[in-house]
Amino acid sequence: MLTSILSLIQAAVVFGTVIMLGCIGEILSEKSGSLNLGVPGIMYIGAIAALVGVFFYEGAAENPSPYLCILIALGCGFGAAFAAGLLFSFLTITLRVNQNVTGLTLTIFGSGVANFFGGSLNKLAGGVGQISVSATSDAFRTKIPELSDIPIVGPLLFQYGFMVYFAVIAAILLQFFLTKTSAGLNLRAVGESPDAADAAGIHVIRYKYLATCIGAGITGLGGVYYVMDYIKGTWANDGSIEKLGWLAVALVIFTTWKPKNSIWGAYVFGLLYWAYYYIPGLTRSSQEIFKMLPYIVTIIVLIVVSFRNKKENLGPAHLGRSYFREER
Amino acid sequence: MEQHIAVQMQNITKTFGQVLANHNVSIDIRKGEILSLLGENGSGKTTLMNMLSGIYYPDAGKIFVNGEPAVIRSPGDAFAYGIGMIHQHFKLVDVFTAVENVVLGLRGRDANLKLATKKICEICEKYGFEIDPGQKVYNMSVSQKQTLEIIKVLYRGADILILDEPTAVLTPQETERLFHVIRNMKKAGKAIVIITHKLHEVLSVSDRVAILRRGEYVDTVETKDANVQSLTEMMVGKRVVLDIERPAAAHTERRIEVKNLTVVRSDGVQLLDRVSFTANSGEILGIAGISGCGQKELLESIAGLQKVSSETSILYSAPKADAPVELVGKDPKAIRDMGITLSFVPEDRLGMGLVGSMGMTDNMMLKNYRQGRTPFMERKEPRALAEKIKEDLEVATPGINIPVRRLSGGNVQKVLVGREIAAAPTVLMTAYAVRGLDIHTSYTIYHLLNEQKQAGVAVIYVGEDLDVLLELCDRILILCSGRVSGIVDGRTATKEEVGMLMTHLQKGDGSDAV
Repeated sequence: MLTSILSLIQAAVVFGTVIMLGCIGEILSEKSGSLNLGVPGIMYIGAIAALVGVFFYEGAAENPSPYLCILIALGCGFGAAFAAGLLFSFLTITLRVNQNVTGLTLTIFGSGVANFFGGSLNKLAGGVGQISVSATSDAFRTKIPELSDIPIVGPLLFQYGFMVYFAVIAAILLQFFLTKTSAGLNLRAVGESPDAADAAGIHVIRYKYLATCIGAGITGLGGVYYVMDYIKGTWANDGSIEKLGWLAVALVIFTTWKPKNSIWGAYVFGLLYWAYYYIPGLTRSSQEIFKMLPYIVTIIVLIVVSFRNKKENLGPAHLGRSYFREER
Repeated sequence: MEQHIAVQMQNITKTFGQVLANHNVSIDIRKGEILSLLGENGSGKTTLMNMLSGIYYPDAGKIFVNGEPAVIRSPGDAFAYGIGMIHQHFKLVDVFTAVENVVLGLRGRDANLKLATKKICEICEKYGFEIDPGQKVYNMSVSQKQTLEIIKVLYRGADILILDEPTAVLTPQETERLFHVIRNMKKAGKAIVIITHKLHEVLSVSDRVAILRRGEYVDTVETKDANVQSLTEMMVGKRVVLDIERPAAAHTERRIEVKNLTVVRSDGVQLLDRVSFTANSGEILGIAGISGCGQKELLESIAGLQKVSSETSILYSAPKADAPVELVGKDPKAIRDMGITLSFVPEDRLGMGLVGSMGMTDNMMLKNYRQGRTPFMERKEPRALAEKIKEDLEVATPGINIPVRRLSGGNVQKVLVGREIAAAPTVLMTAYAVRGLDIHTSYTIYHLLNEQKQAGVAVIYVGEDLDVLLELCDRILILCSGRVSGIVDGRTATKEEVGMLMTHLQKGDGSDAV
């Protein structure tokens, strides 16, 4: 009983970390008014870029250094996702294309690109037809020594790879940035009312670009974590990144745009998502009902938030709209 | 260049697409002086000032600040030159507190919330403002928001203040307080520009008046040498008669009889309490009251847009009909299907009245698209109507298919009123029909209402300017906190009497007023 609860929690934390990274990246982007629905695509792009990077490194290096593996994976993932964010920003901020359409297109584009290269990698890897970057994956999954051996507390808190803690720290830092710094205040103003921000002398376009691109980069790290830890350095063309990407978008609403809520929110989503695995007596078809739980909870949260009708809990007022100073 | 000139704008030209907003405009703004920028709707006052505050960049022309050539490419640049503008549509972030709005975009010590709170309190003390730095903007009244905008500009140390129609939404008392503050700032040596089209305000507060007409500079005059008549003529470019006529009410018969109109909001607040009155054909019934006293709900109840309580009765008597019919419980379509034409010019012109992104023609069609016989739209009639309204009411628009959102406030109102009158209504209801409109357009609207009155229409006019209500209306109903505090004769009542009734309920009133 205890072991199954522990393993459920562990599964939830690992799952939650993927969507937590996706979520805080998207929160940063949405706080600037950019509703980037390309989250799944960006996660895909981040994931495949990291995989490609370390695949070639591991192939070239005799004895791959774990630190370099991590650095290359994170660098490639963040960089590629940042570039995807730049594309989104150029289209929606500079050319003022509709954000929803651009985001959805980016999702389709990202999944296509990633699965194309993922398939190629599998072919390049030859042999069993399944690529595996074991050195990097091991580096990502290195547990904290000693602490992880403590009974119960160890498996509960310390038996994870470093990205789990990185995600929590990133969420806390983003929360601090948004609520306590003047740059965070300016960024929120840009998302709420770009004309007020502009009139106050804030460089609206610069803020939007930076927030959207860095947000996309963080989202991309969710994809990196997914391939390196969640599926252990392999590639699968099964569309599960996309599923997690949409959950990250749902999580943004669930957290009412507050990064601190994403810490527990992501784990709750993880628990709900994996619950079916630990509930005895479920058939293949009745499992699917339980897999809907995170989405149902999001809808319930939306309803509750709308009842309370508190302006702070709603999204940024100018979310999804483009800004042009000389518009009349 | 003389030292006391703060800003010089020379030969400024700005176009938007094909629309020439400013053409070769040159003005001086002096320190320690209040300059009024006067002009009709759409004459380019706001555009001109937006070029000082960095919202727009001029196509041609030069700007000098304190004698030095200045290039203002963004609001940030404007702040660097000490120019601050209080926009007509407040540039505030609703979910932020007052102090957060003030420090927006600033760096370092200026952006420290604690220090800012202290400095805001000092500014408040110096100029006599009252504001709670921790209050959220969405909890503020309009006048508080405006105060906050002024504090925001002063906090940044602006020496040149531009106020764009600051009094449009203020009560007379709030306006007086604002002017007091402006005079204080003038004494402190600041240069102040106030954009307005309320002439009596221009005369009472400013030192000089610069006049624009259709984007071109007309003249600058000393306020002491000017009067309402002379300013209007310069603004309009021709002689205008500034008297509101009031033809005698003739052939009056009961058109609408409202009994015990009660409206309760979903959260239990009573917006209207047993309001009873009649509106007659061939007369203008004015409705006065402090804003938000139930005027909106009153008109919407008659129009069939508002849920009313069960004791309410709204009886409509058609011309030459025997028995009146009940309007309560019918929506606007049901009322129209009964052959009753009620026209309603709502307060929210671009929200309720017109569709901003559609042109005049399509907006005309909103009212009569059901008359079409085929699934295809018949644009011919609405297009003719749009042309006619454009012609008759002198709507300034580059074309009837330009989205109405892009027209100035006065022209939007002309389109709306024109369409409503074209439906040949028996009852015409208007809410704040001249709000934000310049004097020339206002008089056009008064004239239109009088025409309707003489044609036998029952006109209901909700207004805020007591002078106009007393000059225009045959009878005035005064609302106070959702109840009728009195109905007076527009010919004999005085401003003081109406003002009293607006703030005090008389004993026994509300249920049995006639």
